[in-house]
Amino acid sequence: MSAILPPAERLWWKHPLDRVEGTWIAIAFVWCMVMFFMMIYWHAYGRQNLSTETYKTTPDKFSAKAQAVVDKYTVRTETDQNIPVVHPPAGSDVYLIARLWAWWPILELEKDKTYRLHLTSMDYNHGFSLQPTNINIQVVPGYEHVIKITPNQSGTFSLVCNEYCGINHHTMVSRLYVK
Amino acid sequence: MEHKIAVPGGAAAEQSRETYRMCPRSGLQFNLKAERLMIVNAVTAVVMLLVGGILAVGVVLTRWPAVHWLQADTFYMVLTAHGIDMLIYWIIFFEVAVLYFCASTLLRTRIATPNVAWLAYALMLIGAITNNVAVFQGGSSVMMTSYVPMMAAPAFYLGLILFAVGALIACFVFFGTLVVAKREKTYQGSVPLVTFGAVVAAIIAVFTIASGAIILIPTWLMSLGVVTNVDPLIYRTVWWAFGHSAQQVNVAAHISIWYAVAAIAFGAKPMSERVSRGAFLLYIFFLQLASAHHLLADPGVSTAWKVVNTSYFMYFAVLASMIHGLTIPGAMEVAQRAKGYNKGLFEWLRRAPWGNPVFSGVFISLVGFGFLGGISGVMMGTEQLNMLIHNTIYVPGHFHATVVVGTTLSFMALTYFLIPTLFRREMIAPKLARLQPYLFGLSMYFFCLVMMGAGTLGVSRRHWDMAFQGAALAYEWPGAAYLMMGLVGIGGVAAIVGGAIYIYVTVGSVLWGKRLDTGTTSSHVTPIPPTAPSVAVQTYGSAGFAAPGTFVLAMVFLVAFVLYYFINWKYLGQLWGLS
Repeated sequence: MSAILPPAERLWWKHPLDRVEGTWIAIAFVWCMVMFFMMIYWHAYGRQNLSTETYKTTPDKFSAKAQAVVDKYTVRTETDQNIPVVHPPAGSDVYLIARLWAWWPILELEKDKTYRLHLTSMDYNHGFSLQPTNINIQVVPGYEHVIKITPNQSGTFSLVCNEYCGINHHTMVSRLYVK
Repeated sequence: MEHKIAVPGGAAAEQSRETYRMCPRSGLQFNLKAERLMIVNAVTAVVMLLVGGILAVGVVLTRWPAVHWLQADTFYMVLTAHGIDMLIYWIIFFEVAVLYFCASTLLRTRIATPNVAWLAYALMLIGAITNNVAVFQGGSSVMMTSYVPMMAAPAFYLGLILFAVGALIACFVFFGTLVVAKREKTYQGSVPLVTFGAVVAAIIAVFTIASGAIILIPTWLMSLGVVTNVDPLIYRTVWWAFGHSAQQVNVAAHISIWYAVAAIAFGAKPMSERVSRGAFLLYIFFLQLASAHHLLADPGVSTAWKVVNTSYFMYFAVLASMIHGLTIPGAMEVAQRAKGYNKGLFEWLRRAPWGNPVFSGVFISLVGFGFLGGISGVMMGTEQLNMLIHNTIYVPGHFHATVVVGTTLSFMALTYFLIPTLFRREMIAPKLARLQPYLFGLSMYFFCLVMMGAGTLGVSRRHWDMAFQGAALAYEWPGAAYLMMGLVGIGGVAAIVGGAIYIYVTVGSVLWGKRLDTGTTSSHVTPIPPTAPSVAVQTYGSAGFAAPGTFVLAMVFLVAFVLYYFINWKYLGQLWGLS
């Protein structure tokens, strides 16, 4: 027999292929190429590509920039922790801080307008999970990730942390408004 | 002159201290020292599976929203231990046994440096215990991934490092055994395909363990205060070269087992050695690139890097898995047709030994690995599509399909073969054993599907409370998400019962099963006799295809794959613009 014995033919690499195998390899290869080029195609023609614009940052540097935006564009505060709700002008830079165990501030954006969203974490890894839209991005401490976002629906969205960040991970949830 | 005489004399002396046993049930020849090592590693693996299985009860009953059993701190501790005990200790202890089997038993040789192999085992055991103790002390609930700067106790990392050193030594004992077999000419020509697959697994393991060492040693030093900073993004990049590659070791190992079981249950021979070995070779070249899958939603890595790596360089490793997925059932079909089960497309499959858990386990594993694990894995590993599911419970849904349905179920199936051959015991409760792969495998299918369903709705992984207890701005998940998580609970409990039956049958058989005939022993190795060359694959079947039934199944797989892939692109296309 068999796969548990040495091949009977010493020159097994000259053994002919069955047509079932040959045909399947050809089909599978074509499908692999379709999948590969689909990613490249989407970069050219799709509208959902995650930016790779990244800078090294520190908690102090990033907080200062976030604070400046909050000081300028806060429209109201929410919850008994007085989390500022920021309504920045379309096209501007908006900053979102992830830390144990909160998102800060709350953003209020406009539909079909584009913003440069800056993300970082002050401490551990966190996960940006926008619900119910279901967009999920890793937030890594020490790195400022700049993503251009264009909301295409209005309403109230939730921002869930979906990277485990310690005992109160489940309380790290916030809002995001689109007008 | 003296030197020249001494060498063969030494080898002969080495030989004569060995005992070989010819198993009367399988015709396999076991070397006594290797056999003991296999038994000890396999038994330790099953103990680890038992621990991981008990922990699974805690995980499942907490994530089932209606039950929500454990407190948050206990839940995260139990989840950390469950992940590590299952993914690392159960699987790798078993793999070491498989490596020794593929080298020593399949090549009919003595094991190289058995004392060093015992040292490897001791290091692995000490490491596993150290790491588990650290986790259960409660200060190391950092999940298996232990992303810095979240820190565990030093013993957590030290345990992992000791275990990894032991596993690395075991790989080199395996390589050494291949050299011994070649030098002592216990076989002719090339190694068997299954051994070839094991070599691939061991090569990937060396790469994996080296990556683990590169990142875990500095992290351990950081936990001791010697190193001040390990960069979080570099940690994630290098850790996944270890974490993901470890799963690729499993893929190579369990696919080797599928080939082995096709040979054992049907006497099937590979449709073509060239194709199957070529596919294994693609694994060595491309499989490890997949660690990029975990960084697709990360900052800091470029698009070109993501596209090239996430696709295993143009999906050549996916191609390899699709090839194995055809050639293994294809080989079974050819063997069955040769026995006369030749009616229509599927008589070969209907007449397969469905009551034999060695076969049913492997077949359920193969189908589930392809349809559930494979398709979901490629979807989520696509650069842009990854944003839909990153860190959602879709991810554990996927990897339970690959690691549990794929690897664990294959190992379970192989155990049913090893009980009479390696452990020389009659199986207790054969009816339960017959049922076990169906209960465990099919409930795992269900568990994975509903988990992926919940993940598609956005439910987070590694999350204690989907009701966000105590949060001011809690999110209300849709009712369907709660329903899916309830079904995850039910499927999980059924799978745990299936796992418990496996433990009962295997441990019970080894402890209380009727002893079977040991077979003849000898102090000399009986080399593998050369196999008579056979004609190439026969021409039964229709349309000049040797395995038409398998080909039809493969096309069903392809259609499911294509549809699911493009449905997700459509879903992605509706999201907010991101650039």
